Amino acid sequence: MADETKPPAPPASAPVPPGASADKPASAPVAPSAPVAPAAAVAPKPPAPPIAAKPAAPAVDLAGKTTTAAATAAKISSRDPDDSSPLVTRRIWLGMAWGAFSAASAAALAATGRFMFPNVLNEPPAQFKVGFPADFGMGVDERFKESNGVWIVRTADDIVHRASGFYVLNTTCTHLGCTPNFLAAESKFKCPCHGSGFRPTGINFEGPAPRPLERNRIVLAEDGQILIDKSRKFQFELGQWIDPDAFLQI
Amino acid sequence: MATETKTVKPQEGYGTRFWNWLTETQVWTSVFRHERPNTDRNRVLVMLSNVFLHLHPVRIRKSGVKLRYTWCMGGLSFFLFLVLTFTGLLLMFYYRPTLEYAYSDIVGLREHVPLGIMREIHRWGAHAMVITVWLHMFRVFMTGSYKPPREFNWSIGVIMLVLTLLLSFTGYLLPWDQLAIWAITVGSNMARATPFLGHEGPGAALLALGDVKLIHAADDARFALLGGTFVGEGALLRFYVLHCVGLPLGIAVLMAVHFWRVRKDGGISGPL
Repeated sequence: MADETKPPAPPASAPVPPGASADKPASAPVAPSAPVAPAAAVAPKPPAPPIAAKPAAPAVDLAGKTTTAAATAAKISSRDPDDSSPLVTRRIWLGMAWGAFSAASAAALAATGRFMFPNVLNEPPAQFKVGFPADFGMGVDERFKESNGVWIVRTADDIVHRASGFYVLNTTCTHLGCTPNFLAAESKFKCPCHGSGFRPTGINFEGPAPRPLERNRIVLAEDGQILIDKSRKFQFELGQWIDPDAFLQI
Repeated sequence: MATETKTVKPQEGYGTRFWNWLTETQVWTSVFRHERPNTDRNRVLVMLSNVFLHLHPVRIRKSGVKLRYTWCMGGLSFFLFLVLTFTGLLLMFYYRPTLEYAYSDIVGLREHVPLGIMREIHRWGAHAMVITVWLHMFRVFMTGSYKPPREFNWSIGVIMLVLTLLLSFTGYLLPWDQLAIWAITVGSNMARATPFLGHEGPGAALLALGDVKLIHAADDARFALLGGTFVGEGALLRFYVLHCVGLPLGIAVLMAVHFWRVRKDGGISGPL
């Protein structure tokens, strides 16, 4: 019974068993004439000169017989000219096809993921100049709220640095991230979302906001203009407002 | 040949044990509604209980798989439609159909976005789809596959050809360059001559109440197409919505009907 499921022991003209195809050197020279080679192309050759020179480790074919590269090569070279059985079997071909398809799909998926991260952003830069100190009066300046998301405040006596100068407040409410409005009449920032209120210093005093507004880095550029750097932030509750870069003393 | 029954117990390696455990988990059994495909019945159930696999026909005509008979043009058209849907979806992440942004977004799709060929894939795919649809219809015609009972499906196909061309036409405007604007200007001018419904068409002059013309430049067929009296902001938005939502939805529904009728009318091609 068991014998019937196996291919018959290969005679000289039998197809190459799949196991032998793993033996690259043996099958490679014959590949050009595969798979449906005309009879003339596989006309009797002298027994495999280049392969025999390089002995390989014995391989076990499907029939369970130990064979060598030389023996396999001899078997292939002695293929019956009329034998049109494929050297690359359907199973091997399907394996290669699925492999190629999977690789292409994976590459396309990776490319798609990369596509979602553009190389250019249409967003305002984190560092920008806002003009000379003399351009600013006392109090809160709202000119850069829409474009850059900051208030520039000039004060005669800062609560932290105890000096006159500039600091910059980030317009992001510390509650849930809305943008508060500056109410000049009441001299406070009032968030329209949930009612948080902040003093012009940035200190929170009403509503759900848990901590003061954040300040950003403010320095004088070489040309004498005020340079603001939103990539650095200073949080009051962490004691960071004391940082010299958080205040521009004039 | 002795008839001898042997019970072969498979050797259980880690892989086998993992596989056995995996296929008995609730996650697995909730996804796959059939047993392992180790009997004919279960192999059939694999196909029937899977929404994607069940689309395959139970049997197929020999001519149906012959490339020289079908040219695979129907399948290629569908494949290209899927490619265009997918790449189009990706393009929509970056493209804004407004006078201010449309052209610069198209340039950005080439210059600012990784793999700037996404738009080219979409454009060339669109050209290719028009070609494959034509070749598909040519093959169907030459093999006589439009004859009863397939004449209904042929008609569906004609409508889908028109929708394919309209998709091409509406997509043509979206880059909002000079080529696009003037091509659509010229193309939509044809709608001026629509009988009765175009303000320069035959019979339009008849539709009037005394001196009041009912069909004029601001309410005729061309206006409905452009959302204005010239190719402007309204036309761009209309073409965008038609290109991305309206026409694809329509052609997708017709494709479902088309594929279903292929099966019901006796399978792919071949003599009946």
